Parts: sequence; structure tokens; C-alpha cells
Amino acid sequence: MTSAAAVPIAPGLFTWPSDEPQLTGTRCVDCGLMVFPSVATCPRCAGNTGPAVFARRGTLWTFTTQEFIPKSPPYALVETEESFVPYAVGYVEFPGEGRIEGRIVGCAPADLRIGMEMEVVVVPFMVDEHGATVVTYAFQPIA
Amino acid sequence: MDVAIIGIGIHPFGRFDDVSGLDMGVAAARQAMVDAGLAWSDMQFAVGGSLGISMGAGEWPDSMVARLGLSGVPFVNVGNGCATAGTALATACASITAGLYDVGLVVGFDKHPRGAFAADPNLLGLGKWYGDTGMMLTTQFFAMKIQRYMHDFGISRETLAKVTAKAYRNAAKNPNAWRRKSWSEEEILASRMLNDPLTQYMFCSPSEGGAAVVVCRADLARQHTETPVFVRAVTMRTRMFGSFEVMSPWMPVDRAPGPTVQAAQACFEQAGIGPSDIDVIQVQDSEPGAEVMHLSECGFCADGEQEELVARGALEIDGPMPVNTDGGLIGNGEPIGASGLRQIHEICLQLRGQAGERQVRDPSVGFTQVYGAPGVSACAILSR
Repeated sequence: MTSAAAVPIAPGLFTWPSDEPQLTGTRCVDCGLMVFPSVATCPRCAGNTGPAVFARRGTLWTFTTQEFIPKSPPYALVETEESFVPYAVGYVEFPGEGRIEGRIVGCAPADLRIGMEMEVVVVPFMVDEHGATVVTYAFQPIA
Repeated sequence: MDVAIIGIGIHPFGRFDDVSGLDMGVAAARQAMVDAGLAWSDMQFAVGGSLGISMGAGEWPDSMVARLGLSGVPFVNVGNGCATAGTALATACASITAGLYDVGLVVGFDKHPRGAFAADPNLLGLGKWYGDTGMMLTTQFFAMKIQRYMHDFGISRETLAKVTAKAYRNAAKNPNAWRRKSWSEEEILASRMLNDPLTQYMFCSPSEGGAAVVVCRADLARQHTETPVFVRAVTMRTRMFGSFEVMSPWMPVDRAPGPTVQAAQACFEQAGIGPSDIDVIQVQDSEPGAEVMHLSECGFCADGEQEELVARGALEIDGPMPVNTDGGLIGNGEPIGASGLRQIHEICLQLRGQAGERQVRDPSVGFTQVYGAPGVSACAILSR
């Protein structure tokens, strides 16, 4: 488990610190729509919103791999062909709540399958200019 | 719609080190006016599309008046995501239909840097974290959309390779195309994997180019040319709530059709014809999955039917529904401001019977569709 002293990549994306992190967003007070990350007004009915927490577990809806180095910016890491490790991204469907995009960890890309059970984890992503570990959320298959 | 295309022009697509985007737009514009037998002084208005400016490096389309003549002409600059060229054409057609002008120029160009399009999360209302963590890539969206579609409707990797090979084969017959070398399906599948299931040779690349058309009132068209092409419909739509779009950290569980579905339906309604009436088709093939999915989104086939259509060669130049006869985006790359007008240029050539080696047999009606960030689509229907 990552140190609780670590810094989230952005405020309001996930519960932190937490041993069982969950993604956080908003719920429309009028139509009930949940959105990630938080929004001031509902994209479906323009209603007001309040805070909401998504389920920790869902299923993989679609995915792909990132096998070339993303342009920086916007990518925060400056990589070389030697340092770059391909990664996977995908959308996890949280039943009745929404589909959310994130990086996928803990699984070889070749083993990914649509429909597999996934859970939210928080993982180290980079070290900031103050030497602090920056963490982000990711999805990991449930063993 | 009472608008005709009476002149067409194109600057080849690809990479041209010493030529600016504006140069390419001017070259295409001049060619279109010569083709129409008209001069710049005859143009009562102009609409120019380019996305370079909004992407941080480029030229204003209307700066071409310094090259063509400072005639005081009303000139509208258009930048509207991947629908830029389609929106430029729609704007010009609306101006003529409204009775404002009789004849005018539509031009588009762009000169993008090499490599995948870079994106700034702030410009799309997204948090910086989204770009920081390596999810802000259009190519990932293309891959994830076709990955799900393959799962739902049984499209194979081999079909993606066949669609790609067709694009390069068609481009080889197009002197204005960029990627004119043919690749086998095996070579396409064996090229470097970029975003599973899409390999390097499957992706179109940002590129450079220009294209232009001269539009005029339909009832005046035959004064200028014996081969007018009539604009039967032109439509543009943005994403609705629930559609799966590029650069979306989140989407609702209940999925809505994408903007292409709305733009195509409205286009067919406006023209008063259906997909089965179309003889030659141009769709956005940023990669082969996009061509496969856009064919069903536009109404040309059922979901999953593409597997069989591709296998029996139905989408080839000599097939019953020829698609992307000039090599499409895969063969030409994507200079965004010009891309949609390249499609229009190709349909005009086909309808005029001037497409040379890649001529479809006697087409009467053609269709074009573009799609892209931030969830926009534009379609057009043209006829002889």
C-alpha cells in the first residue's frame, strides 16, 4: 500500500488516504446522474449537484494499450525509448453509476478481457519537484 | 438545397518542407477558380477552414486575400474541430441558399506537426491530471471504440487489416495521395502495435494539404460548367448526452448514438434519399475501425455486417459500395482544415468521371462524412 503521505495527482478524484480507495464525483440532486470527476451542473438536466462516491468494483467495458511515448506536454513524464514502459488504459463500468477511464495495473495487457472484474487502486505515478510521491487512481483485475 | 460545385482544386497531401499551409490553400483555391473558369474578382464571398490557429501554430485562412487580391470580399474563417472543412462548406451553402450571394469560394488547409495530435486539457474543459497521466490521446479512443465494437459485433483483426490494405491500394492510384505504397495485410498486422488492436500502418497521420471548391447558385451552374455537381444536403452535429467520445474521462452507462448518426440521418432526410441510393462513399477513416463503424453509423450496413462486406470486396472501387476511393485519411493523412474538402473533391471527380485509374463505374450520387474531436461530425450528399 502506498504511503498516506503521498500527494494525489489532483484533489477530488478519489478517497484518500484509504486502504480501499473509491472514485469520487458528483450526483445530480434532480435526476440522480453520477459524474466523474465532479461537475457544478448536471450534463443531462443542468440540475445542481452534490458530492458522490462511486462503487469500488466494476467490470472492464473496453481497453487498449499505449505502446508509443505520449507527447509531453500534456504527458507529465518525459520518457525515452529506453525508459518507457507501455501501459494499458480502459473504461470500467460501475453498475448503474457510469463508465470511468483509467490506467490499468496488475495485469499483462494480453490477459485483459472485456467483462473482467476490476477494482480501484491508488498507485505511485511520479515524483514531484519537491520530491514527494504523486499518486493516481488505476484499475486492477480482482485476483 | 440549391447549390452547385462548379470548380474543384487540391494541393497534394503529405509533407512539404518549404511550403506553408497557407501556400497550399492558395494553390488549391487558384486551381478551383481556374477549373470553374472564374477569377478571384468573381468571388462574392469566401469561407476558409483551418485548425492550425486554434492548435497553436498556423495561419488565418483570410490572410490569403493578400495573395489573391485585396478585393474587400467578405471572408469567414472557420475552425470547428475535425468538422472544420465540413462546416466551411455548410456555411457557404447556407449563405447561397439564403440568397446572400451567387458564387463564392470554400477553401481549407492545414500543416500539422509530425506525430499524434497533442492536446491541451484546458482547451477542452478537462483537468490537467487527465493529460498528465497519459490518457489524453485520440488514438486511445479510436482503439477502445473499435475494441468494444469487435467484442459486440464480431469484427476481426483481419478485417481491420483488409480495410487498411484497401486504403493504400486506392492511394497508390491517386497522384495527390501521400502514402502511395501498397502494404499486404500481413505487413499491416505485423507493424508495430501502437494502441491494441491498432498497429502503426493502420493509423492515419496528421499531415499537410489544401483543397478548395467554387460553389454557386444551382440555377446558374450550367453557365459556368458542363459538369456541375449539386450539393443535395450538408449537415453538421455535435455529440449528445451519452455518446462515447474522444477525450472523455467518464460516460454514462446508457449509451447514445454518436454525432455521425445524427448528422447522417439529417443529411439523408434533407436530400430525400437513402443510403442505398449512394454510389460512392467517403467516410472518416482515421484508422480502419473508424471506417468500419462509420459505415454502420451512416446507415450503409447493419452492425457486424462489415465483416462479410469486407471479405467479399464490397468496399473496393469495383465493388457495389466503394469506400474511400482516393485512399481516405489512411492514404492521405489528415490536415484537418482540408480533409473534409478532399472528400468532396474526390466525390466531384468521381461524379464527373475524371477519377482516372480509380474511377467508379458511372456513379450518380456520392456521400461524405467526417468525425473527430471534440465529438463532431459533418456529412454531405452530392449528385450529378
